[in-house]
Amino acid sequence: MRRPRLVLAKPGLDGHDRGIKVIAMALRDAGAEVIYLGLRVTPSQIAAATVAEDADAVGISVLSGAHLPIAEQVLAALRAAGASTPLAVGGTIPPRDAEALRSLGVAEVFPVGTALPDAVGGMLRLARPQAA
Amino acid sequence: MTTPPGQDQPPVTTDSGIPVVPVYTAADVAGGPRALEERLGLPGQPPFTRGPYASMYRGQLWTMRQFAGFGSPEETNARFRFLLGQGQTALSVAFDLPTQLGYDSGHDMARGEVGRVGVAIDTADDMAELFTGLPLDKLSVNFTINATAPVILATFLVAAERQGVRPAQLTGTLQNDVLKEFLARKAYVFPPGPSMRLTADVVEYASDVLPRFNPISVTGYHAREAGCTAVQELGLTMASAVAYCEELTGRGLAFDLFAPRLSFHFATTLDLFEEVAKLRAARRLWHRIATERFGASDPASARLRFFSGNSGTTMTAQQPLNNVIRSAIQCLGAVLGGAQSIHVMGYDEAFELPSEEAVTLSLRTQQIIALETGVTRTADPLAGSFFVEHLTDEIEARAGDVLREIEDIGGAVSALQQGVPQRWITEAAYRAEQRLASGEAPKVGVNVHVTGGDSRDVELFEPDPGIEERQIERTRRHLAARDGSACSQALRRLEQDTADGRNVMPALVGAARAGATVGEMSDVFRCAFGEFREPLPW
Repeated sequence: MRRPRLVLAKPGLDGHDRGIKVIAMALRDAGAEVIYLGLRVTPSQIAAATVAEDADAVGISVLSGAHLPIAEQVLAALRAAGASTPLAVGGTIPPRDAEALRSLGVAEVFPVGTALPDAVGGMLRLARPQAA
Repeated sequence: MTTPPGQDQPPVTTDSGIPVVPVYTAADVAGGPRALEERLGLPGQPPFTRGPYASMYRGQLWTMRQFAGFGSPEETNARFRFLLGQGQTALSVAFDLPTQLGYDSGHDMARGEVGRVGVAIDTADDMAELFTGLPLDKLSVNFTINATAPVILATFLVAAERQGVRPAQLTGTLQNDVLKEFLARKAYVFPPGPSMRLTADVVEYASDVLPRFNPISVTGYHAREAGCTAVQELGLTMASAVAYCEELTGRGLAFDLFAPRLSFHFATTLDLFEEVAKLRAARRLWHRIATERFGASDPASARLRFFSGNSGTTMTAQQPLNNVIRSAIQCLGAVLGGAQSIHVMGYDEAFELPSEEAVTLSLRTQQIIALETGVTRTADPLAGSFFVEHLTDEIEARAGDVLREIEDIGGAVSALQQGVPQRWITEAAYRAEQRLASGEAPKVGVNVHVTGGDSRDVELFEPDPGIEERQIERTRRHLAARDGSACSQALRRLEQDTADGRNVMPALVGAARAGATVGEMSDVFRCAFGEFREPLPW
């Protein structure tokens, strides 16, 4: 069985990449294959990479407060690319927005304060729902 | 000397890994009392270990400068007035990401980000609106702006002009430290080489026309927030400072012409004594660099002044009221370290921009420390502590090693292009997170004493969803009303000066005055310089 393949990216203009890099390192240490796209990637770039890499899950991190419009755009881009890959969103997400993200179709929300093992476990479960 | 009791305990270190023994004695202070006195000097005297000014806070309290900005210029103006009404003594502007990256609010890349992490500024009109009723000849203003710092400074100069305030009267600080954008903060636009030119253009221009304004704040804060240690923070800050000074002296500018107006910015986190020692070591290290390396002859050129921001990464989403205590300790650390201005983080900033209640409490934290604790009565009150002096010496030496390591791989710009310090930062951040996950690093409410109290205990700031459309409309009206041909002409002059290698500031001021937008002015640089894309870390 191949290793879980995860696309991680920072869409929008926010440059706070400490969290997503730490999660990328932890996911690699947990055996996943991580494709990190870097900063200021557009929703369509994320969707294209998801398809090209045949990713099992996508994780984005937004700490500018723009998580709702950005998640909506990324979900739309994934749909437009024909990908049903689950999307996780992490960042400075106030409790009031976590439910709103889920109702948009976001599969997992990792708000600030999420413990590293929980974020890693959550991403791996998204990638391998059958193993959970 | 006998071994003091208790020294057989297991090894313990500061947050940056400096070993700490249970008891310090005079033997831990290298060279004895005479040598120590030489390393310290008196407050206000070289090497400034004990502070940049003789009377320190008895002469003048630090500036209380809460970082603020959100929504439109009007909304931020109202927050500024509120803060001043609560006893704040200066202003500090937070810009939204489109402004920081040189996009107008209507740009595709700006969607969802307008007015979100700071105020949206598209034109000099917006900047003038931001300071409506706030006299710029009296108020010192700090601008957290870097890649587009020259553009924003130009709009500010035009706003001041409209108030009838001359450049020579302006006080405040432009962050204008682009290297730390590549290092940690990541709001870069242009590649490092042209970015350094723009930074130096601002400093050079300011040395001519803005004698009371700090045209740069060399910053370790963001590298620290991104994960590095206190020692690395200081070493990397000095490496950046050296790079800027070399760029400026390389243009033929005398060091003593610009160095007195350089300012610095450090984080103050929770390891109280290490932080105080770091701030003292920073002054001594800069004095050595300024005198030995750049031959400073004006004492003010070697006198480090700094702004300190509390650390956002020490704030927790869990039990957020605990952050009030963390902020107070960090503010105290900055004061004991001799800060010239301080920002205290809001207890709710793990989630959102601070609410009015949170920002008021931050300001009250500063006021209580200033007015009720008595810590301002004497300069550098921790001087002579065996432990603090030992730590100050250690941090100075270790930060000096970090600086040498950066220089050995070609200096700050080259090191950033190779991605070396970025890797240090990421690795340190990963280690810190692992220590948190394992419980090795205790964090109250997170991995110890975790019962009860989460974010629902605090009322959060509610951003205004209508801001983006309103700001786009406002800029649209501005474009329709301006003199288009005067504006094009001013932008053409900016293109020419950029291409010819002349200082871009005069042409930028002309363009801002003619009504050019932040996006248009930034696009001139985008076309001339291209955009930087960070090499991926793996």
